[in-house]
Amino acid sequence: MQTANQTELNGTVLPGNAVIRAEDLHKYYQLGETRVHALRGVSLEIQRSEFVAIMGASGSGKSTFMNMLGCLDRPSSGRYLLEGIDVSKHDKRALAQIRNQKIGFVFQGFNLLARTTALENTELPTLYAKIEKAERQKRAVEALSLVGLADRMQHFPSQMSGGQQQRVAVARALVNRPAILLADEPTGNLDSRTSVEVMEVFQDLNDKGLTIVLVTHEHDIAQFAKRVLVFRDGKIRKDDLVPHRPRASEILKTLPTIDD
Amino acid sequence: MNYAGLLRSALVALLRNKMRSILTVLGITIGIAAVICVVAIGKAGQARVEQQLNNLGDNFVWIEAGGRAVNGVRTGTHGTKTLVLADGVAIKNQIPLIKSVSPNVDGSIQIIYANQNWFTGYRGVSPEYFDIKRWFIDQGAAFSQDDVERSADVCVIGRTVRDTLFGVEDPIGKVMRVKDLPCKVVGTLLPKGLSVSGQDQDDTILMPYTTVMKKIKGAPWLDDILCSAVTQDAVKIAGQEAAALLRDRHHLRPEEEDDFNIRNPEDIIQAQLEASKTLTVLLIAIASISLIVGGIGIMNVMLVSVTERTREIGIRVAVGATEEAIQLQFLGESVMLSLVGGAAGVLFGVLGSYLVGQTLQWPMQMSVEAVIVAALFSVAVGVFFGYYPARKASLLDPIEALRYE
Repeated sequence: MQTANQTELNGTVLPGNAVIRAEDLHKYYQLGETRVHALRGVSLEIQRSEFVAIMGASGSGKSTFMNMLGCLDRPSSGRYLLEGIDVSKHDKRALAQIRNQKIGFVFQGFNLLARTTALENTELPTLYAKIEKAERQKRAVEALSLVGLADRMQHFPSQMSGGQQQRVAVARALVNRPAILLADEPTGNLDSRTSVEVMEVFQDLNDKGLTIVLVTHEHDIAQFAKRVLVFRDGKIRKDDLVPHRPRASEILKTLPTIDD
Repeated sequence: MNYAGLLRSALVALLRNKMRSILTVLGITIGIAAVICVVAIGKAGQARVEQQLNNLGDNFVWIEAGGRAVNGVRTGTHGTKTLVLADGVAIKNQIPLIKSVSPNVDGSIQIIYANQNWFTGYRGVSPEYFDIKRWFIDQGAAFSQDDVERSADVCVIGRTVRDTLFGVEDPIGKVMRVKDLPCKVVGTLLPKGLSVSGQDQDDTILMPYTTVMKKIKGAPWLDDILCSAVTQDAVKIAGQEAAALLRDRHHLRPEEEDDFNIRNPEDIIQAQLEASKTLTVLLIAIASISLIVGGIGIMNVMLVSVTERTREIGIRVAVGATEEAIQLQFLGESVMLSLVGGAAGVLFGVLGSYLVGQTLQWPMQMSVEAVIVAALFSVAVGVFFGYYPARKASLLDPIEALRYE
């Protein structure tokens, strides 16, 4: 259902076109006297319905690349096409709109608003879109159901487990029906079982056609993706398909439950 | 952008920190309440002075028989016998700026009714006196020009005299004795209260001047001539013209002093009015300072709030909030704070000025302008002092903000 809506929303996109196309991206930071070269020519294509994991040590440029994919940052040089549109020259306001409409973020620390219900947290992105009140709530309910939290809508973050909070964050990322889901270390704060639970949600969504890009430094987590990129010194050093991708739902059966 | 949603977020954020919000609001509340109280008290003070001015008379020009040095002997005021009825007639006929004239002969006398007696002031005046002094009849009627021409034995009595001599009895038509002269009470006066100098103006009886001159004082000269000028602005010039006319009529040589005084009691009250206005402005200025302090309080709290909620701002920007949306949310918070403060301030201000009015026995009037100005001012304070923190929030780098611990 998600995919159907997506193509409706972004009707101009031809099938087979890359959702993400990076062409020789460079990024410099000026820190006092020294110039830090964070990205040194990254070129990449990610197709619709791909599930890509990005790995790399800290300082490898993966976070910078992620911020660029998320339109939170602009490249110093090179082009970044999101669904065929060059967004590297967009102004701040246009970028805000793209983040709102085409990109869903999931962060390491969940980043939910405290003392705000799951439903209201999920509704947050719709606040900045031109959507009717009734439609906003309908979408939020839909998104929460998609991550299996239909029965927790009125709960506050403090009343939920880490896994549930992260699923609310995923629901929030999905509520505006984005083209890609960007997850920055989504399992960084979770125990291993809950991590796998979240990956189950991701695999599930990916099966439904959602394009996912995931940054992680855990090898096990990266294995749940279809494709793994490894960054080092601002460049992509490895770009491999995962040969025997495990299913999170299968692994969950072998893991002890919380009650044990 | 969804404005209702943004304002709701702002409200939720404020309710999350109830104590802090209340304390912040208090600054504005006190400021607004102070301004409203001061304005109300100032207005009441002015109203009192204006009432006195009104009490004084209708564009009042007061010519008083003056002192004069005769062969080096100075007589003091009312010492001369040169101010006469004809002077009054001449003033009325020859000075167009003066619309009505009443002669005045006065003194103090014992009055008796039944088994009561009282020592009071009497005035012999013409019927115009009532208009000149803006003194209105309570019961009965004023005496007429006809009474003046006949030197009728009639009088109109002030409230104090009525209360002391007649008590609850209806005085109209009763005959009392003014020293030896039996005199019929034809009317009573509405109370005028204390004069500027603190005298009880209601402790008086008014009679036709002819009656007083012939039957009580037995003197052909006048103590005063009381006049009304055509307008407020004409009072001064009318006085000067009357002075010139009188000097001419009294055959005074240029080097001689006036044998009369032109009194300007209005000047004193006008000065009081000015002083009261200046004081009010000063007090408002002081009260406004507390508003500014309240505004700084809001700014301080908003800055703390922006820092505290750096992550929240990062999330909002990441999910698509524009700079304007973030700015609007924080401005919404500060305006809400100051508006609530303003509303509470109006409430306490009205209550406070009512209490002050009760305590001082002043007629307090709430001015709608003050309330509207207070409301607008509190919004302005919210916008002015909320702008900088809101701007700061909107300019946060989302990448940094999301990493902020």
